[in-house]
Amino acid sequence: MALIDVEELSRSYRIGSSWVKALDGVSLTIQQGEFVAVRGPSGSGKSTFMNILGCLDRPTEGKYRLDGIEVGSLHHDVLASIRNRRIGFVFQSFNLLPRASALENVELPLLYRRMWPGKRRRRALAMLEQIGLRDRASHRPAELSGGQQQRVAIARALVTEPLVLLADEPTGALDSQTGQEIMTILRALNVAGLTIVVVTHENEVAANADRIVTFRDGRVVPEGSETPGGLDLGATRHLSLVRTNAR
Amino acid sequence: MLTMLGIVIGVAAVVVMIAVGNGARDRIAAQIRSLGANLIVVTPGSVRMGSVRLGNGAAPQLSEEDALAIQSEIPGVVVAAPLLHAREQLTVGSLNWQGVLRGVTPDYFAAREWRVIAGREMTPEDNRRAANVVLLGTTMLQKLFGETAPIGSAIRIRGVPFTVIGLLERKGQSVWGEDQDDVALVPLRTARRQFVGTSRTNPTFVHNITVKFAEWLSAEDTMAAIRDLLWQRHRLRAGQEDSFMISNLAEAADLEGSTTRVVSVLLSAVASVSLVVGGIGIMNIMLVTVTERTREIGLRLAVGARRRDILVQFVVEAMTLALLGGILGALVGIAAATAIGAFVQWPVVIDISAVLLAVSFAACVGVFFGYYPARKAARLQPIEALRTE
Repeated sequence: MALIDVEELSRSYRIGSSWVKALDGVSLTIQQGEFVAVRGPSGSGKSTFMNILGCLDRPTEGKYRLDGIEVGSLHHDVLASIRNRRIGFVFQSFNLLPRASALENVELPLLYRRMWPGKRRRRALAMLEQIGLRDRASHRPAELSGGQQQRVAIARALVTEPLVLLADEPTGALDSQTGQEIMTILRALNVAGLTIVVVTHENEVAANADRIVTFRDGRVVPEGSETPGGLDLGATRHLSLVRTNAR
Repeated sequence: MLTMLGIVIGVAAVVVMIAVGNGARDRIAAQIRSLGANLIVVTPGSVRMGSVRLGNGAAPQLSEEDALAIQSEIPGVVVAAPLLHAREQLTVGSLNWQGVLRGVTPDYFAAREWRVIAGREMTPEDNRRAANVVLLGTTMLQKLFGETAPIGSAIRIRGVPFTVIGLLERKGQSVWGEDQDDVALVPLRTARRQFVGTSRTNPTFVHNITVKFAEWLSAEDTMAAIRDLLWQRHRLRAGQEDSFMISNLAEAADLEGSTTRVVSVLLSAVASVSLVVGGIGIMNIMLVTVTERTREIGLRLAVGARRRDILVQFVVEAMTLALLGGILGALVGIAAATAIGAFVQWPVVIDISAVLLAVSFAACVGVFFGYYPARKAARLQPIEALRTE
């Protein structure tokens, strides 16, 4: 069974008196452990697709099964719980709480899980340790560099032990070197077994993925009809080798 | 800070109001106690001689017999004490002082619940013999003797020698601001014989009768019974004016309470208006906060906050704001009440439970006015909230 199973998904927005289709019949499956890059020009519907995957938005038509659960018609409290337990988000603009320390930011999802403060703290600290920011636990986001902030955001996404990590332009606000560091982290996480979906418009970023899905005008461009630009086959082979070794 | 101002003023007004109200209530209670509870005073009324109408108290209408009749014939009357009064010059050696002299029977002490703190009490025997003995109030004592204990000392009243037999317990100021302790008490018959004299028409006339009635009687019923009795005894006919006046002292004392009640009503109006204004201020600032923090709300929703979590968060924030304002207001109120007590000589009593009540009411105002903005925050769609800049 696929972890993510999307069938004929559509999402329309009402703008004035007319309807605009941001997604127009998208079907896609993502298996457990895959690293997928979603690529496409702006307005192609890739962000809308990502929001629906993250249960932040609901499809107008079609089906979305996450880990076998049909998500589309669930109550908003149940969706909140799914976001809390099964999905980890990483945003382009980090979205850290400015007045909270790095540790408190990482603790936040656990807070909404009604976890005891002591246990929450231990888990958040362990996560910061893993991401190499243990010594920055008490710093506020403004006191951290962009790359460190994004790593805190990744820690926040992973502290809940999600099924899938959704990253929307995770390197968009970073310089290329820091961006590459972030991608290295994501790749390592994928190697350790985490399913990752990254939305990006940068080829170098997409090159880190096992599979690239290209969006255009609200649809998925069929594989083979477009060669994934900038994808180095050697790198891919190397990656799959690493994954084989990891398993 | 400015947002909380309304709440601060509101709570401060409530605290001051309650402090002043309690102070006034305590003072009235103390005054009623100093007068003696359950007291009625009967004084002579006006009298008509042909076409000439004399004012209240001009004619010697009340007699010792009236007092006796009230005490023996009206059930529930504990004592009815007749009284004569005069202003006389008292002399001790080279010191002299003019004060109120009252001729009373031992019943008077019972009626006024007035204790003798040194020496002995007045006895019926003193009155029967018209003995030249006197009991002194604390003010009178101080003016004539200073600090020395004068029991047994000689004192002259209008040249007549008297012996001081006792000192009276301190009563303090009356409702009308009169010093109740600037007084000398002598037996009724002594006062009549030495100072007041008699009247041909009413040889045992008295200036007033102090009536103490039992707890279980109402003042109105007792007053009505006294009136009926005196109408019979004075042979008044329908249509005639009363030849006496009956007044209830507790009521007179209560009258002063109405002034403080006006102040209380005024302050409670200020309090309720400022609490409402404060609440709206909080609602306003919370609406601004929700708008400013839309992205944060979006993020919280994205990491798994339910609508209820967001609602609770913002309601608690509004409540905290109001609570802070309330605590500040309570402090300002306590300071203001204390200052009023010190400078205006207005009695204030700060009741901690009332202060806590006012503060928790402020918190409730926060919850009430914070609910709408919080609901607005909770109803945000996560994706739209995340997208706002």
